[in-house]
Amino acid sequence: MQPHVLDEIRKIIPEERILLDLSDRYSYSYDASFGQYLPDVVIEPNDAQEISRLVKLANQYRIPVYPRGAATSLSGGPLPVEGGMVLDMSRLNKKLFIDRENLLAIVSPGVKTAEIHKKAEEVGLFYPPDPSSSHVSTIGGNLMENSSGPKGLKYGTTKEYVIGLEVVTPTGDIIRTGGKTVKNVTGYDLTRLIVGSEGTLGIITEAILRLIPKPQARKTLLATFNRLEDSGHAITRILSSGILPAAMELMDNACIRSVENYSPCGLPIDAEALIIVEVDGHPKAVEEEIAKCADLCREQGAVSVRVARNEAERQEIWKARKMVSPAITQMGPTKISEDATVPRSQIPAMMKRLKEIRDKYQLNLVVFGHAGDGNLHPNIITDKRNIQEMKRVEDAVSEIFEAAVSLGGTLSGEHGIGTMKAPYMEMELGEIGLLMMKKIKQAWDPNNILNPGKIFPKPGQTKVVLTE
Amino acid sequence: MSLPAATRETTGAQKLFDLAHDATNQCVQCGYCLPACPTYESMGREAASPRGRINLVKMAAEGKIDVLQDLAKPIDLCLGCRACEVACPVGVPYGHILEAAKEVIADAESVQPSAGRGSKLKQMVLSHLFPYPRRLRALGNLVWVYQKLGLDKLVRKTGLIRLLPQPMAAFEKVLPRLESPAKRTRRGTVIPAKGVKKASVAFFAGCVMDAMMHRTNRLSIELLSLVGCEVIIPAGQNCCGALHAHQGLADEARELAKANIEAFEQTGADFYVNNAGGCGAILREYDHLLAGEGEWAERADRFAAKSRDITEILVQYGPLPFQQEWEGVITYQDSCHLRNVQGVVTPPRQLLQSIPGATFVELEGSDSCCASGGIYNLLHFEHSMKILDAKMEKVKDTNAATIVTTNPGCLLQMKLGVERQEPAGEMRALHIVEVLAEACGIE
Repeated sequence: MQPHVLDEIRKIIPEERILLDLSDRYSYSYDASFGQYLPDVVIEPNDAQEISRLVKLANQYRIPVYPRGAATSLSGGPLPVEGGMVLDMSRLNKKLFIDRENLLAIVSPGVKTAEIHKKAEEVGLFYPPDPSSSHVSTIGGNLMENSSGPKGLKYGTTKEYVIGLEVVTPTGDIIRTGGKTVKNVTGYDLTRLIVGSEGTLGIITEAILRLIPKPQARKTLLATFNRLEDSGHAITRILSSGILPAAMELMDNACIRSVENYSPCGLPIDAEALIIVEVDGHPKAVEEEIAKCADLCREQGAVSVRVARNEAERQEIWKARKMVSPAITQMGPTKISEDATVPRSQIPAMMKRLKEIRDKYQLNLVVFGHAGDGNLHPNIITDKRNIQEMKRVEDAVSEIFEAAVSLGGTLSGEHGIGTMKAPYMEMELGEIGLLMMKKIKQAWDPNNILNPGKIFPKPGQTKVVLTE
Repeated sequence: MSLPAATRETTGAQKLFDLAHDATNQCVQCGYCLPACPTYESMGREAASPRGRINLVKMAAEGKIDVLQDLAKPIDLCLGCRACEVACPVGVPYGHILEAAKEVIADAESVQPSAGRGSKLKQMVLSHLFPYPRRLRALGNLVWVYQKLGLDKLVRKTGLIRLLPQPMAAFEKVLPRLESPAKRTRRGTVIPAKGVKKASVAFFAGCVMDAMMHRTNRLSIELLSLVGCEVIIPAGQNCCGALHAHQGLADEARELAKANIEAFEQTGADFYVNNAGGCGAILREYDHLLAGEGEWAERADRFAAKSRDITEILVQYGPLPFQQEWEGVITYQDSCHLRNVQGVVTPPRQLLQSIPGATFVELEGSDSCCASGGIYNLLHFEHSMKILDAKMEKVKDTNAATIVTTNPGCLLQMKLGVERQEPAGEMRALHIVEVLAEACGIE
């Protein structure tokens, strides 16, 4: 970075919040996805005004700007792929106000998602989006990536709960979108445009979130199946029986085996699949619903069905699911985690395609995920130092996306496009579909300074590259 | 991978690569360790987080950053509490990465002393004091004389205390009242079990404990004997080596470990018991410290398997014969190395809850480090005090009259925390052994 630009930054931000040491720059060079990119400078802004001035400066000198929350992204959202400045948003964490009368939470972007869960629940309210990293991730990052977790099935993703934003635009202006009303049809829905824009259209500096009453009770079951198709049928039968579970998780045989191997939970290692179903709502309703879910599983040929009788047993069931990540990483140090999503009726077909891909490329490919909404997590466990294998991984990843799109699905259900999936955008959207998105980006960010290098493929790029 | 010869020679990158690169590669950078890290919480910077430090060790091992210039500071600011290991979903061995980094940094500093971080005091204490139990005991005796003669009060009254550097002055105030050295338990003695003998245990006296808190050692031995343990105090035992290993002096730590293994093996005891979480952690990790050293590795395995914290033994062979009703609320601050490394979480709580009359209130964030961190609070006084003061706010919320810990460093830090409160609190900070002994009517 040129010294005179740094001098200008120093006029906006005090020295102690400008990080230039190599050790600091390397510390903001990664996220939970793939790749490492060294920024020129890391800045810790305190408020929207500072960010606005920095973005104006960045426009003047054409410096790439990369906002960053807790860097738990699995798609490369905060990676400073073109250098420039990283804005660490974690200091903007002062406001977390629960408006009980209007059922709202008004929050700063650096607030951790789990803190919103906690504050809302203290007064009997509920903020449903539950990415598994919510105890680490910031709400700002969740908004930018439109994150979600198991509860997405019943309650939807982050975007369903955002009704207003304060945003620093890519040209450095501060605007407000939406407001405090659930109903709002005044003009284009810029709120929804910004949410999920992966930091390419603006930097969120405040958000107004919608809350709902907290469900009073929940019930959970775990069912195992000897045939993968049976588990698929059980899922569709439950969903067409008039019950909408709060979560419906699926684990394949490779997952079951690695969990049992890592931390025995008493799962049958010869089962081809297991599902976890959780219902929530009124205590009487959940009793009835879970019993019905159990019956439906048995009817579809479940070899075992276990309904948790208390909280300890419920935790025990979820432990099997939570152990998946640590268990599978025992197979290798590099994890490529995808979130291709298909219409739920296509889950069995997608599972079949994934099995074929695993066999074709001879890879450690395991599948788990949020089966109820078709959001699967095919994970490839590998070692990035093994160049030959990484080449096969690249091909396998491409085929996973082709399979999802050909089944009427999408590249990403909840992780975002970032760098990893950008090469496949045209496959899903078509040339003109992608062009319309590019036009929006150009209109908002004429100098392409905000999170450049994300979402849109580089010219001629049609495949992810995982080797250096 | 091999690095250019010049880099290898000057920075120790190759050694770091051999010691820790594979371990750093296990990190998937999910960030789940961030909320568990006390320095990340207080400093709010990635380089002060476990994920950040692991990445920097990896970068240094790959020769991308310099061991002294870039790696030393972030590593130095780590408390070594290892709460991140418990939070880590993939089991990255952070403690081992940290120690490898410290070792390589210490190597580099010895070649390039000018690059050292004002560590003369540290070096002096670690190399010339801790490995020599006699010197430490002599220092302890001096402190006893200092207190006995009332010099401590004189020093404070006359303002002489202002001549000490701030951290030293702070700790001078909270040093425990030492018992007469005449009461110190002699090495090589065997204390019979009261009543039926249930087990034979060898007692690890520790260096700081033995020199400055030998009353706690004496009480520990009495409690062990009360629950039916024959207690052997092995002659020839030494400092555990934890402080050395934490400061990168791995060779010294290994020598101390061997001396201890030798001394304890001779007792033929069922268990090797200690009362300091920090010492206990490394005693249980002697197997790691001496891995690959042939016969020593096997002996270290056996040693580690027999090591226990005193609270585990008191629960196993208890109950204790309590004599007195306890008054007031008790709360408990975990020793990080007892909780995160040894996995001892319930026994201390169980013992405190079993005291008749005592109301035990769980401290919010008791699993998070108090920032004592061995000698971290001396080396990084301000950072440490920031974390401590936040902790003491939580302690206040419990309305406790007594705060209990299980490690001498934590205990001193808690005493300092009480001292720093405005207005200076009535609260007592005690080692768990002191509390149990008091409830059992032992003087």
